[in-house]
Amino acid sequence: MSASTPSAPRPQPGLVARAWARLAIPLVVTVLAALVGAAIILVSELLVPGVEFSWTLPITAYQALLEGALGSPEAIVSTLANSAPLVFGGLAVAFAFKAGLFNIGVQGQFLLGALGAVIVGVWVADWPPILAIPLATLAGIAAGAAWGFIPGFLKAVSGAHEVVSTIMLNYIAVALLAALVSGPLKVPGSPSPVTFDVGNAAWPVILGRIGHIGIILAPLAAAFVWWLLRRTTWGFQVRAVGANPDAARYAGMRTKRITIGTMAFSGALGGLAGTCVLLGVTHTMTSGFGTTVGFDSIAVALLAGSEPLLVLPAALLFGGMRAGAGLMQIKAGIPVELVDVLQAVILLFLVASPVLRRLLHLNTARNEPATPRATNMVPDVPV
Amino acid sequence: MTEPTGTTLAPALEMRGITKRYPGVVACDGINLQVRPGEIHALLGENGAGKTTLMNVLYGLAAPDEGEILLDGRSVQIAGPSDAIARGINMVHQHFMLVPVLTVAENILLGEETMANPVFLDRKEAHRRIAELGRRFGFEIDPDAKVGSLSVGWQQRVEILKALYRNARILVLDEPTAVLTPQETEEIFAVLRRLAAEGHSIVFISHKLYEVLEIADRITVIRRGRVVGERRPAETNEDDLAELMVGREVQLTVDRGTSHPAAPTLHVSGLAASDDRGHPMVKGVDLEVRAGEIFGIAGVAGNGQDELVEAIVGMRRPTAGSVTLDGVDVTGRSPRGMNEAGVSYVPADRHRFGLILSFPVSDNLVLTSYYRSPYARGILRQREAIDRDAASAIARYDIRTPSANVDAGTLSGGNQQKAVVAREFDRDLKLLVLDQPTRGLDVGSIEFIHRQVIAKRDAGTAVLLVSAELDEVLELSDRIGVMYGGQIVAVIDGPTADKNAVGLLMATGGAERDPAAAAEEAAG
Repeated sequence: MSASTPSAPRPQPGLVARAWARLAIPLVVTVLAALVGAAIILVSELLVPGVEFSWTLPITAYQALLEGALGSPEAIVSTLANSAPLVFGGLAVAFAFKAGLFNIGVQGQFLLGALGAVIVGVWVADWPPILAIPLATLAGIAAGAAWGFIPGFLKAVSGAHEVVSTIMLNYIAVALLAALVSGPLKVPGSPSPVTFDVGNAAWPVILGRIGHIGIILAPLAAAFVWWLLRRTTWGFQVRAVGANPDAARYAGMRTKRITIGTMAFSGALGGLAGTCVLLGVTHTMTSGFGTTVGFDSIAVALLAGSEPLLVLPAALLFGGMRAGAGLMQIKAGIPVELVDVLQAVILLFLVASPVLRRLLHLNTARNEPATPRATNMVPDVPV
Repeated sequence: MTEPTGTTLAPALEMRGITKRYPGVVACDGINLQVRPGEIHALLGENGAGKTTLMNVLYGLAAPDEGEILLDGRSVQIAGPSDAIARGINMVHQHFMLVPVLTVAENILLGEETMANPVFLDRKEAHRRIAELGRRFGFEIDPDAKVGSLSVGWQQRVEILKALYRNARILVLDEPTAVLTPQETEEIFAVLRRLAAEGHSIVFISHKLYEVLEIADRITVIRRGRVVGERRPAETNEDDLAELMVGREVQLTVDRGTSHPAAPTLHVSGLAASDDRGHPMVKGVDLEVRAGEIFGIAGVAGNGQDELVEAIVGMRRPTAGSVTLDGVDVTGRSPRGMNEAGVSYVPADRHRFGLILSFPVSDNLVLTSYYRSPYARGILRQREAIDRDAASAIARYDIRTPSANVDAGTLSGGNQQKAVVAREFDRDLKLLVLDQPTRGLDVGSIEFIHRQVIAKRDAGTAVLLVSAELDEVLELSDRIGVMYGGQIVAVIDGPTADKNAVGLLMATGGAERDPAAAAEEAAG
């Protein structure tokens, strides 16, 4: 096998080059998505009758979006609060990616986490906060972990693909939540299905009007996941199984156990995302509970290239767009749904990133693929 | 063999000043190559020397940055493989491009269908031509035989027939003997000589020196993308060629000294194992490896060697039999259990099992010990200890890498394997299991690894060596077991073993086979 690949070791790129290789795709993708969004705004102007055409409307819209996200202390707090659950969810997806697993079931783990937090939270609502908060939080984490454990276990014992089983568990989670909230958890006599308030178990607000402790916990969680992956033997095993399961088995790692553990831990982070929304924002649960956090998390993790620390800026981008969308609608008359369009376009460009890499002359053969196999799988998955 | 008459004859193929650069590497640096009609021209060089790149340029798979290609004295541009084939250049790849479920004729016709009319294939005409070509070059073959049922040697002949069917005048063979037994190699050489005698030009790529000396009319040696010498077999020898190839004096056969075997370390009895699809591949193997001896297993690839080794080291669950290590039953232990019992294992496929290519060299050096002191304290990895020992291993095992932090995938094959060897050899061992330890490596790396193996043996380690490279088994082994059809059919003394006798055993399993075993095999 005389190598057709050059055999001399390639020179190690410098810090700037390495940073560029990591950040080029997310940055380019974001800019491209903004351009596509601008084009959509312009086209929609032509299509909507009675609107006077203005070339500058996209700029007005983005200005308002930016202002709504960062324009005032209140806006910034709103961005941070919106980002916190995305950080937890993004970490859940990123962590599983590192083990070569595509946890598309963050939405289900998110719902279970919220459910666990509300059940225990209502139960301990009158306890002192020092006990109530940790108990309810841990319950949410545990419920998410259990929901992540199931697909991990199924994969280890029967080879069931986690993409299929986590999607199915998403549906079960939705149905379970609806059944519990309109049944045993419902406030007796209430006209609509809603649970009691979690009372003292609610996360304290530490910044502005809505800045709950999630905005502190989120960066801590990112640092923890980074530390776990980079500094511990567990993280080494997770990365080894993700990069080359055969070599991991050769090296004596128990790959099945690691798969189960990874999914459970990923589920725990997903559960924490749900806990964050429930204890930090809503404090009660309705049968319609359920944001798109679980699905947005997948986009966050992809944009971050599965790097735990890069999940923070990626989540801030998405959280900021959510925070600013309202002002954009008021000031520029652009529906908040444009934010969904932008997210979807970002996701599409990320899926096409091999093409972008070639266009940008980034060496595709270099280093650890940030999202092993997972990026290839995205097109197969009905997100 | 016909000596090409007259140097006045225009070369059938001339490559002039071919330069091909890849980012950071010049794969070919102004290479000149002349191949005359009727000549067998060997291209010799280490891995990564540029042989394959040069041939990819010739085959139109890579565009040269500089230089030109001349056929019969006329400059040509080769746009791609189909263009190359149209110009009479054909390549026989190391890994055959055949469809096993199709017949010989169907394989040959693939992409070259002779139509009797616009709808149907003209099978009759195709059969006639295939039979005729076979007769002309001395290997008659049944055009209706399924390719999957043919031996590797015959499959290679189908590849050659395919080229001849397309009127190839220049035939490039990329390491054609890598997968053949010595007998098959002789047979294919006879075919090549016949082809040359008929005026075909043959480019023979290899890094096996004795083969090149035997078959070639001229030898061009390439090192680091440059031609470093051209020789005729009569005016050179293996040592000279090795030195040209590596750039320094090389000791081709390791000085194995004498072994001093002690008590048996590994005892395998009645071991059976199946492959991933559940086919029984190892059918009752008994063997014993003593401390301080190298037990070599010779055999044509696919006779159960891989499964045997995997069953011994814990990568594969045996279906029957037992493995004992220093008297302790270790049958069915996990890979880590075996590792901790003092067994090291160098797997055949270093890319799939031996290394994580996207991890740094330092992490790969602790791949089997990352969880132990001093590389971990509790669950905390100890980066300093990992880096310190990596630097030391890199120095002692001569792993050429810019630093311990580059990804293992960026190293050359030889250096990757040295990293595996460093990791697996560099500790106190009872048993060292080597599966194809030097596959695909250049002579310099082979020399280094062989020395390490001998050193391990002399330190009292029991060594089990599996290699498809018969010469390697003969060179290193104190005793040789020949594996055929999932069984060890003979055990012979290493230093006195006769290569042809072993080759015959590998190919046939030996005349005096245990009838019961043969019946069992037929039933299985």
